[in-house]
Amino acid sequence: MAKEIHVRIKRQAGPDAKSYWEEFKMPYESGHNCVSVLMYLREHPVNAKGEKVEPVVWESNCMEEVCGACAMIVNGTPRQACAALIDELQQPIVLEPLTKFPIVRDLQVDRQAMFDALLAVKAWVPIDGTQDIHRHAPLISPKEQDIRYLFSRCMSCGCCLEVCPQYRKDARFIGPAALGQVRLHNSHPTGGFFKEDRLHVLMEPGGIADCGNAQNCVKICPKDIPLTSAIGELGRQTTIQWLRDLFVK
Amino acid sequence: MAKQPIAVIGGGLGGLWATLRIVEDGFPVNLFSLFPVKRSHSCCAQGGINAVLDIKGQDDSVWQHIVDTIKGGDYLADQPPIKSLCEGAPGLIRTFDRMGVTFSRTPEGIMDQRLFGGVKNRRTCFAGATTGQQLLYAVDEQVRAHEAKGMVTKYEFWDFLSLVLDDEGDCRGLTAMDLNSMEVRAFPAGAVVLATGGLALTYGRSTMSSNSTGAPASQVYQQGAKFANGEFIQFHPTGIPGHDKNRLMSEACRGEGGRIWVPKKAGDTRDPLEIPEKERFYFLEEWYPAYGNTVPRDVASREVCRVVRHMGLGIGGKDLVYLDLTHLPRDFLETRLGGILEMYRTFVGEDPCERPMAIFPATHYSMGGLWVDFEKDERTGAMASVSPKNHATSIPGLYACGECDFAYHGANRLGANSLLSASFSGRVAGDAAVAYVKNFAKGGQELSESDYESERKRQDGINRTIIASDGNENTFALHHETGDLMRELVFVERSNDGLDRSLDELAKLKERSRNISLDDKGSWANQSLAWARQVQDMIVLAEVIAKCARQRDECRGSHYKAEFELKIPEGKFEGDPEYDEYKAQWKTNNDKWLKHTIVTHSEDGPQIEYKPVDTSILAPEKPRDYR
Repeated sequence: MAKEIHVRIKRQAGPDAKSYWEEFKMPYESGHNCVSVLMYLREHPVNAKGEKVEPVVWESNCMEEVCGACAMIVNGTPRQACAALIDELQQPIVLEPLTKFPIVRDLQVDRQAMFDALLAVKAWVPIDGTQDIHRHAPLISPKEQDIRYLFSRCMSCGCCLEVCPQYRKDARFIGPAALGQVRLHNSHPTGGFFKEDRLHVLMEPGGIADCGNAQNCVKICPKDIPLTSAIGELGRQTTIQWLRDLFVK
Repeated sequence: MAKQPIAVIGGGLGGLWATLRIVEDGFPVNLFSLFPVKRSHSCCAQGGINAVLDIKGQDDSVWQHIVDTIKGGDYLADQPPIKSLCEGAPGLIRTFDRMGVTFSRTPEGIMDQRLFGGVKNRRTCFAGATTGQQLLYAVDEQVRAHEAKGMVTKYEFWDFLSLVLDDEGDCRGLTAMDLNSMEVRAFPAGAVVLATGGLALTYGRSTMSSNSTGAPASQVYQQGAKFANGEFIQFHPTGIPGHDKNRLMSEACRGEGGRIWVPKKAGDTRDPLEIPEKERFYFLEEWYPAYGNTVPRDVASREVCRVVRHMGLGIGGKDLVYLDLTHLPRDFLETRLGGILEMYRTFVGEDPCERPMAIFPATHYSMGGLWVDFEKDERTGAMASVSPKNHATSIPGLYACGECDFAYHGANRLGANSLLSASFSGRVAGDAAVAYVKNFAKGGQELSESDYESERKRQDGINRTIIASDGNENTFALHHETGDLMRELVFVERSNDGLDRSLDELAKLKERSRNISLDDKGSWANQSLAWARQVQDMIVLAEVIAKCARQRDECRGSHYKAEFELKIPEGKFEGDPEYDEYKAQWKTNNDKWLKHTIVTHSEDGPQIEYKPVDTSILAPEKPRDYR
């Protein structure tokens, strides 16, 4: 068993600074994950050369793989760092920030684009206020419910965008995460009232036609969200919408 | 004239509900959060949310929910707000349902309900095993709809620093720090709603998210807001100890049939699967035949500690007991507990369907928090539906909701009541803040620029002092030490000796927290600086918790001091003379201790006074008895 934990971290002091690699070593203990390692290192910010350095900056919160904050590239794979157990990783463990988003500092990136996308596609169910209207939502079958639940667990971590060849800083593609949310909300009995609006967004440049069908998103999603079936379904929905726009004015 | 915005601090369930209510009333909201609100700690709540829908033919009633909540909290919560909470729950659930929450369904397509701890009826709505996440996302989406209309401005990656108070002590705005540029800014606000969640990071490792420091609550407490019932901290009986946090196994495990046991023989080193049934000690089932493994959390935590620390029966002599699901069918478990089983597999690397889990109590929830008021509706006996007094702190214009307030849960919170109280109190606080602004004589007027600027400068000065400080303490190590201290001396079992010691130690830690040296002195995304401020605030809260605990010489809910325990005489019930004597002692103790601890900040540390509890709905006539 390893006597120490050896980590290589890609660092960058700010958005416009030059990136560099820094190595760290710490005593081995079982049960560590990548975030608990970063926590140890910020308390003991000394690199492998024995130099005192500024603590590494990263984002994390829930530590249970439900909040989406700590997504980064661990040994070449984008994933939640809190769920990346040291005992299951090859050393030296290489940590890099996600590459599809602007760097804030070190491992922290700015994923505002993901939330902007949710806004653009109206990823919500329209309700007439939060007051009690003494009625529930329309009935939803357990079967449809089970499918919806798969999509509603998307935590906007950005892993699917990281591996999508079409999602680039210089391109407009909205990306699989937002498409999954369109699938989710279109399938709700009242969420579907915005279906047309959402589909029209997806029929514009940067919409569904930009998907290159690489299918990387569905493989990387930490929540196993069936993103490609959502995209397939939305492809059909947009086609029907296109025809409807053509003939029903 | 444009309406002055109301500020909401914190974007979990409480903050987002408050936001929705405020914008629905036509007031713009400035919403501040340490991170994108979608990542708030509410997403960690797994099990469910209580509301009486009575869909299981059990004659469940709102009255029973009220009684369970009052008794679960050992009578230490004001009862009119509890009545409103339970009466409001079904409507709140209907609204969540309309928002599209993916609640688990019955075969006919209505919301399903499950059993939870401390309750005999199936009253808990759930969405797989990620109920909190699903509820949070629903309100996040609704807030985004208002953001699209320009009614909500989000300040994400901003840290709340302080309130801006006028000469009369009224809250007129706040200061906050951009966590990237480290710029400090002052924001005028008609009212401020604090929805900043729990404080469990004062215990170092806990079940909470790594940002749940309680620092904003500590900050406003230091600016004059009263804090209440700090000694009441819930320790979740089924935590999984870890380096970074203590992850928790939801109470749903017990609700769905999970059994807690230890080997009967101390120091038994056999694999759990090789220990035959008759050599296992199912202590909760034996000691509490009526409730068995679903006793309330405080009882479960204490009994786990008893079995481990006093009877020496912890697994392999360690602070661990088994939580066993292996007797239940895999399909059933996957359907009912899928998400949390997945979590255990991910973080421990074992399958809980095959092997019993090893667990121990973990710091989980603060029943105490900022003191908040309510207006009683004399006609109904509940809280008035809209009033500027509801959820108002002792600072005019400052409201608090969610875990950072002290309402509803008394001395102990029932499972699945926290998502309910977070949402409900957010709704109430949002309405109250609007009512305040509409009725407030100074409403709509800002203070002069220089009043905001002076507070901004003061906060900026604190940053400069910390950056310039050249002491020998490490802020991260100090947090570690504070947590270790709290988990040793201010934990499930408390003693006055231990608490005295903790107060001495905390005084030293407080001193040391001013003598730090940051390893990062930069001015861009300096997480060490933000953390150093939060650690100072956490130590202040730790002192409040320890002092409140030291002063309360009794056992109530989660607060337990063995030397003051009133034991139910074994095998005796109502009518037996021994039991009647116990009941008389219990009443005498209530006369002395059934009161809120109210804490005021001073330079000499926390000043404590007591305030009566409103028990107008269910007077404490009978002790809790879960046998």
